[in-house]
Amino acid sequence: MADSSTAVVHHTGHPDVTKRDFLKLITGASAAIGTAAVAWAFIDYMNPAKDVLALSSVEVDLTPIVAGQGITVLWQGKPIFVRHRTEKEIKEAEDVRMSQLIEPQPDSQRVKPGHAQWIVLIGICTHLGCVPLGNKPTDPRGDWGGWFCPCHGSQYDTSGRVRHGPAPANLGLPPYAFESDTKVKLG
Amino acid sequence: MAEAHKSEFSNPLVNWIDTRLPIFTMMQKEYGTFPTPKNFNYFWNFGALATVSLVIMIVTGIFLAMNYQPNAQLAFDSVQHIMRDVNYGWLIRYIHQNGASMFFITVYIHIFRGMYYGSYKSPRELLWMLGVVILLLMMATAFMGYVLPWGQMSYWGATVITNLFSAFPIVGKPIVTFLWGGYSVSNPTLNRFFSLHYLLPFVLVGVVFLHVAALHVVGSNNPLGIDVKSPQDTVPFHPYYTVKDSVGLCVFFLVYAILVFFAPNFLGDVNNFIPANPLQTPADIVPEWYLLPYYAILRSVPNKLLGVCMMFGSILILFVLPWLDTSKVRSARFRPIYRQIIWVWLAAVIVLGVCGAHKPEGIWVVLARIGTLYYFLHFLVILPILGKLERPLPLPESISRPVIVGGGPMPSGATAKPMEKA
Repeated sequence: MADSSTAVVHHTGHPDVTKRDFLKLITGASAAIGTAAVAWAFIDYMNPAKDVLALSSVEVDLTPIVAGQGITVLWQGKPIFVRHRTEKEIKEAEDVRMSQLIEPQPDSQRVKPGHAQWIVLIGICTHLGCVPLGNKPTDPRGDWGGWFCPCHGSQYDTSGRVRHGPAPANLGLPPYAFESDTKVKLG
Repeated sequence: MAEAHKSEFSNPLVNWIDTRLPIFTMMQKEYGTFPTPKNFNYFWNFGALATVSLVIMIVTGIFLAMNYQPNAQLAFDSVQHIMRDVNYGWLIRYIHQNGASMFFITVYIHIFRGMYYGSYKSPRELLWMLGVVILLLMMATAFMGYVLPWGQMSYWGATVITNLFSAFPIVGKPIVTFLWGGYSVSNPTLNRFFSLHYLLPFVLVGVVFLHVAALHVVGSNNPLGIDVKSPQDTVPFHPYYTVKDSVGLCVFFLVYAILVFFAPNFLGDVNNFIPANPLQTPADIVPEWYLLPYYAILRSVPNKLLGVCMMFGSILILFVLPWLDTSKVRSARFRPIYRQIIWVWLAAVIVLGVCGAHKPEGIWVVLARIGTLYYFLHFLVILPILGKLERPLPLPESISRPVIVGGGPMPSGATAKPMEKA
């Protein structure tokens, strides 16, 4: 054995490194890379499948929604709030001072230009995922006239912005566009 | 108080665990320093390959079950969903689907190796019998797994195989109804097959554990079929056979990958791309390749009950093989006649397999009958008599001996200083 290792020394110049060390390293590295490549397939397998990822879009007809009323639409398994705001509600949402907000954001950034009477929100409380109340005029809407979460008492204003904790952020905005003045396409 | 186990591992954490639960000591003893005959050839890879196959089947199966729906209305579509929508679903399903074939081919070679080198003989009879149990469990698991995609072949395979039990007088029909959970193969059948298909692999793991435990008590056989006489006859399992098994594993993965990536449906049946239809049987109904020989035996017998008995008997007979073979010599290398007829037996099995793939008409019926006859003749007549009549070649003194004799005279200090490599 001593003979063979000295023979290697002449090649590498490193007395401690043998050909066998090199082979072990190459073998181990190849096995690790192969295992990682296969492991990725198994990890990715558990990610959302193509049919889930495919953004199924939903069209919403706005004509039956009168001012002051909202509806809930199911989109990608999530409740989407579509609310027809009154002039008063729009004004309240626009006039609020940014310093009073937990997550400051002007109302103009939360509606589509020219469609300020329509607010479209992901109806999931940013605290722990409950669906807030307030779409129906008879629902409790909280002190700011928007939505009230029954789970832990978070309150949102008429722009869906959080005004009272424990929720840390405003209600989310889904991707949507107006196809006409009376039709919205979600997704 | 029993004295605490003294662990010899230097790593403090390993030592702490090992002192309380000597799993590291056990692994070291059973897979590290485990003395193994030094003359294994590549046929001794197949036990390890079969174990790897089982692990692959369980892992891929668990993942497939995450997206599979064991419901007669949804099963077929859920498999297509896995193939088309789920990330890498095609890969995991093809690994699982072809894994069954890879598992069977490794196990069949493993069994043939045992037969060629007489591994089933004393003191390894129980080890062998546990192996036969593993084969039976594998066949049941594979059959039920094949039903799950709920295609035409799944459905009619399930119908035909479960109907085998109807051959038994009086109890036959009630047994079949019981197996189905209804009056035909239907949703309850699919549900229970899925449940059992998930369960049985873990039972297999248990029996494999016993199989390996028994192996580690009696020790491995070897190509010479003679007992280990001294430590000179053995090498530690690691690194010698871990490395040798790894080489075999690379070849195994190569073949496996070719199947999965280039011919994933080569071993499948086109009829299984058609959803199950209880009103129409496919024109050609054949089982998967690994069940063809038994299928041929079944069809070669004109009597229903006798055919079923012969088919089950063809596997059950393996349980008593250690006592049917009366020769004391294990390895075929030293049995001039057995060494030839074992290949005739293998040829008979392959002929049966080919017959099973063809419609039972004309020449195929004749061939299947000859094959069936020879299959049983081999076990029931030839082996018992051959052991008495055959004159074995002289056995080597020890495993080390023929290596030295065969390799020509060597200086006494040869092992201490091997030849320098160029």
